[in-house]
Amino acid sequence: MRSFSLIDLVSLFAALRWTVVLVVLALAFGAPLALGLAMGRISRFAGLRWAMAGIIQVVQSVPLLGLLFFFYFGMPVFLGIHVPALVAVTVAYTLYTAAFLGEIWRGGLEAVKLAQWEAGSCLGLSLWQQFRHIIAPQALRLSLPPTVGFLVQLIKGTSLASILGFVELARAGQVVSAATFQPLLTYALVAAIYFALCLPLTLWSRSLEARLDGSR
Amino acid sequence: MNFLPLWRYQNQLIDGAIVTLELTVIAALFGLLIGIAGAVALKGRIKSLRWLVRGYIELFRNTPSLIQIFIVFFVLPTFGLKLPAFEAASVALSLYFGAYSVEIIRSGLDSIPNSQVEAGHCLGLSGWQVFRHIVLPPALRNAYPAVTSQFVLLLLGTSLASQVAADELFHVAGFIESRTYRSFEVYAVICVVYFAMAMSFKALFALVGAAAFRWPRRR
Repeated sequence: MRSFSLIDLVSLFAALRWTVVLVVLALAFGAPLALGLAMGRISRFAGLRWAMAGIIQVVQSVPLLGLLFFFYFGMPVFLGIHVPALVAVTVAYTLYTAAFLGEIWRGGLEAVKLAQWEAGSCLGLSLWQQFRHIIAPQALRLSLPPTVGFLVQLIKGTSLASILGFVELARAGQVVSAATFQPLLTYALVAAIYFALCLPLTLWSRSLEARLDGSR
Repeated sequence: MNFLPLWRYQNQLIDGAIVTLELTVIAALFGLLIGIAGAVALKGRIKSLRWLVRGYIELFRNTPSLIQIFIVFFVLPTFGLKLPAFEAASVALSLYFGAYSVEIIRSGLDSIPNSQVEAGHCLGLSGWQVFRHIVLPPALRNAYPAVTSQFVLLLLGTSLASQVAADELFHVAGFIESRTYRSFEVYAVICVVYFAMAMSFKALFALVGAAAFRWPRRR
């Protein structure tokens, strides 16, 4: 047993970078996929709509912890090769992000009135141009507050990677707590760091929402 | 891939699922109570109480549920309050669900335009009658979808209780895994069980919602 010292604080902040890496990876792969899911959900083709709705429904009805374990143990079974933990974890977070963001963005796209599409088509814009220049900018404005809100969920969700032994902030907290026998100080610090990351985003999301409300 | 070794553990799976349901219902009940009390406090006149509730909401919504469970399980004993795993997880999840409930219930109440309340008073209704007949029914209808989807998230979130060894479904998965060494198969089955439970609740809530809020929508 040793007392809590500067080195423990440093190790918490050093582990924080893995939390950030996980969030960035999840967004980098999850956001394009989410856009695809959202566009599929408003497609003309019923089959595509149903398929995308099904994917979203399945991912949203399984615990994030379950997704993580499923891919952590499942990737070697599917692919027949050993994959690094980071890859498996990234796949799980990507799907999680895609399902939730996809549903949020679909809401944004559907909130833009059909007449806006028709107006674009009357101006001779192609379907893609209508989407790109008329629908997407309005939908983006509408869905920005919940998107930032989801970012908070994602940051909190990366703490689950600790359970697979991934040394991010939550795991570093466990390690430090076990080494120093000071769970109070350690977990209070870990919670404070998460809080410092998430609160600004929550407040930003709320102010975006308020601004949106006033302009309508 | 071989699912057969899991067959003999079906009783453990069912027991785990029951504990998961218990945890969910307990946390949802206490969370909703916290939510109602918190929403009343936010509407109330006592400024310090409003700040206290605001602080509680932000604190619990901006930190991971996992860390909250750890704090209740590992930190409270240093203050002499030692809770068993299931109780610790119930307390932590209730507080987590409560923080979201306050906001949901408050926004449900806020969704009723003030003019409707004034109209009720003009008709000579008492404060309680206005609340009971004018505010509450549409507020419930507006809050219902958010409460139910938060409930499903809570159901899925109870899996975190496995990390303090509460005997719920995900912890049972770890047990079966250690007996059979069939890691992938175990977690695939567990995911299916959670999926089935989540979908059942979604279907149930949709039916109850359709029956309870049948009066015509504004528009």
